[in-house]
Amino acid sequence: MGFLDRIFREPRWGVHPDDHKRPAADAPLRILPPPARLYLPLHQHVGGAARPVVLVGQKVLKGELLAAAQGNISAPIHAPVSGVVSAIGEVTAPHASGLSFAAITVESDFEGRWIDTDPVADPFALAPEEIARRTALAGVVGLGGATFPAAVKFALGKRLAVSTLIVNGGECEPYLSSDDRIMRDSADQVVDGARIVMHAIGAREALVGIEDNKPEAIAAMRIAAAAYPEVKICPVPARYPMGSDKQLIQTLTGKEVPADARAAEVGVLVHNVSTCAAVHKAIRLGQPLVERIVTINGGAVAHPGNIFAPLGTLVDELLAFTGLLAPPARLILGGPMMGTPLLHGKVPLVKGASGILAFSAQEAVIPEAGPCIRCGNCTRACPMGLLPLEMAARIRVGELDGAVDFMLSDCISCGCCAYVCPSHIPLVQYFSHAKGELAGRERAKLRSDAAKRLIDARVVRLEREAREKSAAAARRKAERAAAKAKAEAEAVNATAATTTAEGEPA
Amino acid sequence: MLIAVGSLALMGLALGAVLGTAARYLAVAENPVESQLKEMLPGSQCGQCGFVGCAQAAAALAAGTAPVTLCPPGGRALAAALAAKLGIKVDLSAVSDAGPQVAEVAEEICIGCCRCIKACPTDAVVGAAKQIHNVIREACTGCGACIDRCPTEAMTLAPIPVSLQHWVWPKPVLAPVGAALREA
Amino acid sequence: MSHAIGIPVTAPHTTTTNSAGRVMATVMAALLPATLFGFWLYGWPAIFLWLITVGSAALGEAFCLRLMGRQAAPALLDGSAVLTGWLLALTLPPWAPWWIGAFGGLFATVLGKQVFGGLGQNLFNPAMVARVALLISFPVVMTAWVAPLPIHSAAAPGPIVGLLITLKGMPPGLDAVASASLLGFAKTEMSRGLDLLQSLPQAPAQLWYGSRPGSLGETAAWLIAAGGVAMMFLRIITWHIPFAMLAGIAVPAAIFHAVDPARYLDAGTHLMSGAAMLGAFFIATDYVTSPNTPKGQLIFGAGCGLLTWVIRTWAGYPEGVAFAVLLMNAVTPIIDAYVKPRIYGRDRKGAALEPGN
Repeated sequence: MGFLDRIFREPRWGVHPDDHKRPAADAPLRILPPPARLYLPLHQHVGGAARPVVLVGQKVLKGELLAAAQGNISAPIHAPVSGVVSAIGEVTAPHASGLSFAAITVESDFEGRWIDTDPVADPFALAPEEIARRTALAGVVGLGGATFPAAVKFALGKRLAVSTLIVNGGECEPYLSSDDRIMRDSADQVVDGARIVMHAIGAREALVGIEDNKPEAIAAMRIAAAAYPEVKICPVPARYPMGSDKQLIQTLTGKEVPADARAAEVGVLVHNVSTCAAVHKAIRLGQPLVERIVTINGGAVAHPGNIFAPLGTLVDELLAFTGLLAPPARLILGGPMMGTPLLHGKVPLVKGASGILAFSAQEAVIPEAGPCIRCGNCTRACPMGLLPLEMAARIRVGELDGAVDFMLSDCISCGCCAYVCPSHIPLVQYFSHAKGELAGRERAKLRSDAAKRLIDARVVRLEREAREKSAAAARRKAERAAAKAKAEAEAVNATAATTTAEGEPA
Repeated sequence: MLIAVGSLALMGLALGAVLGTAARYLAVAENPVESQLKEMLPGSQCGQCGFVGCAQAAAALAAGTAPVTLCPPGGRALAAALAAKLGIKVDLSAVSDAGPQVAEVAEEICIGCCRCIKACPTDAVVGAAKQIHNVIREACTGCGACIDRCPTEAMTLAPIPVSLQHWVWPKPVLAPVGAALREA
Repeated sequence: MSHAIGIPVTAPHTTTTNSAGRVMATVMAALLPATLFGFWLYGWPAIFLWLITVGSAALGEAFCLRLMGRQAAPALLDGSAVLTGWLLALTLPPWAPWWIGAFGGLFATVLGKQVFGGLGQNLFNPAMVARVALLISFPVVMTAWVAPLPIHSAAAPGPIVGLLITLKGMPPGLDAVASASLLGFAKTEMSRGLDLLQSLPQAPAQLWYGSRPGSLGETAAWLIAAGGVAMMFLRIITWHIPFAMLAGIAVPAAIFHAVDPARYLDAGTHLMSGAAMLGAFFIATDYVTSPNTPKGQLIFGAGCGLLTWVIRTWAGYPEGVAFAVLLMNAVTPIIDAYVKPRIYGRDRKGAALEPGN
């Protein structure tokens, strides 16, 4: 260690913003008294929305299934309190658009009665598939913010014979300290969870990457992992976005995940420390994911710190618990670099929410954007090696395809470029806009192709119907003609017969 | 002096000849107005104009066989731009700025006459005689062909609501350095 | 508490305290020591010329912005026009008449910058565009150097006389020695058939701290270099362009000097003369007109250096930094198109890497 070490280990990418993690990170964990009403969105994860399996008015216990997973990639939702399902409706999504999405409302009875759980004393005796099944049923998703269903990742890791589990304790976003807190307070749970995940995916070693600005967490994790040589605690330089999967993998293993490929294809799988703790709870205690630690921080917060809160709690209630010094000038779900702006606080806490930031007016100021002076700071900061200035220049004039040629698809929206821009150009917004537009075009193209197929099918159908109609008409005509001919023939025969009959006597 | 002028003039003539030849032999056959019109259209190929895609719509516009008000997603602004491009005057007060739309059946007034079913170019309306009809949203292009056929005005066009998955960040609006004086 | 909070703003919700204005201000601060030294060395006329050049550059910018119906103040406050004028002033003969500064300053911001669309849009370095325009329009005035006359010396003109020199030209009675810069001297003597071994001993005095004929920015080469190194430490510029440009001058100069010292100046003289330092640290490193990638910057800098040496050695002009930088500016878009950083997870050509390595 030392000066030279820092120079050589310091990554060439990224930025080094003020981390603002303390004093919130040092404040002891507080537990939020469960609020009277909780709003559980059905879509808190990557993949398909969960399907409600309760009825309005139904009594539920804490941990009871409210909505089941639907499709291959999905996760169930459980009741975070005991009480009554009071509505299945809509709630404002934690999303910049301020649109709403489906959610189940649970009224708490303040008794906190758990369902009968099914704890496992020795998870290492279970088959890996059984661990994945239990994790899936517990609704565990990536808690670092990606919210990818954990069990799906287990299956992927198992299938691709992953050798290394990387436990992501980077937490590079400024202001946030929920992972820091869980490592300090529950290092045993994290290490145990990591070992269970290793068992589930068949990994031989676990590398726990922790940014070196969290010495307490590193110390706690070293003690917890002391008995397990396969779990290695690896301090990494504090540099944003160290907590991004690809960057952490590269820093810890030297491996680079190929573009358009998954980390598992280079033999590593990344899970967040909080996810590991949730896996520990899901397997050892049989408890589904219904609560999480969330950092409440920012200049407008009176008593910043980490709160243990049930999912579905409204942001307003969390802020009321920590107190506000002033009405927040900006409300952010997640960190300041990648977090989602919230339009108001009537938004429920979801599984992927690691922090809620209430910025004071002073913190929320972003200077007006100026022209690009091509200083290249964005290029140097980009952890993916992209050219943000070139992409933004093309998107600005509507040349989305030009931006695609500069590999817009590789952008991880980490925000480094916009952070360092001396002209304060909203580069990430350009990229988000372009990605959305391109996805929309893709959808529109699929839609118009489908419409074209339908139109063609209709033309074919109309032709067939016309053909059948004319064929039927012709047949009927022929039948009629035949019938007529037959009738005529019969008539003739009859006449003849009559004639004959008549003539016989003649 | 004369040599300089002469050589420059010769070079100019020669290069001009090259350019002229190139313009003749490398010319693009496409009607330039048509490609310009195509650029103006949204390019979403939504089919709400009744054509398969924007290229076909542009061709019809250029040929004068389609009205400039044909594109519902483009709204009034696009209609005005197209009219200006084609040099025609048109009353734009009837053009709405509704964005993409789909047909909807008001179930309480539908009498199950099946006329809309026959009109639909994509077979998006399902139903049978004396049964309430319904629209398959995924198949409906919002062309509006069914609207006029309905004897009870049960068919209406409604805008497709923006969903969470389809919401797109708006493009940043960059004010040039210093707000415009004339507007201030 | 639950009040609505305006329209959504994308992440990141925090940003650097850096700004374009601050970058420009830092560059100016890095230029200040060399400029002050130049003022001391050449006295009041140099100060007036500097003021006129900077003022007309700002005026040109403000005029264009007003013409486009925008407020001039915010754009002027970012300091880029002042910096352009400043850099131009540093390359002018210190006792040049006022209209050189005025014409140059206006030319730089109007035709060098605003015509292209303003800050960030110009293809060529505005200060160098103006300098080259001046040089080929007024070659005599632009190469009329004077010997240093430090401001405290008895013969130095006072503020009034200095103003008169700037406004009306050199009064005949003044004891100012018209002189040549070293590069100009060497070129003239070579053309007279005297080789360097004969001519150099008679060359104008080259004091190591910069007391010698030349423009403001060429005499104080050490101070310019120190300002440039300071900018590197402040992370305003990276080492790539200055290093490559100086190497691009020094390497061929050293090789050819070793082969034929009678015909080719040595590398040290090349580096310390003319606008080599100013060009390497302050002009070629202009963000707008140089490539964005480190590798591209190395190519760009080396090209600037090599062209400078070629022009100095074989072309008609004694100094070639301005031409070299402009030529390389023209190549910058091509460099940027071909030299791109390697994207994570992809090879240099942009194809995805093979898994398993």
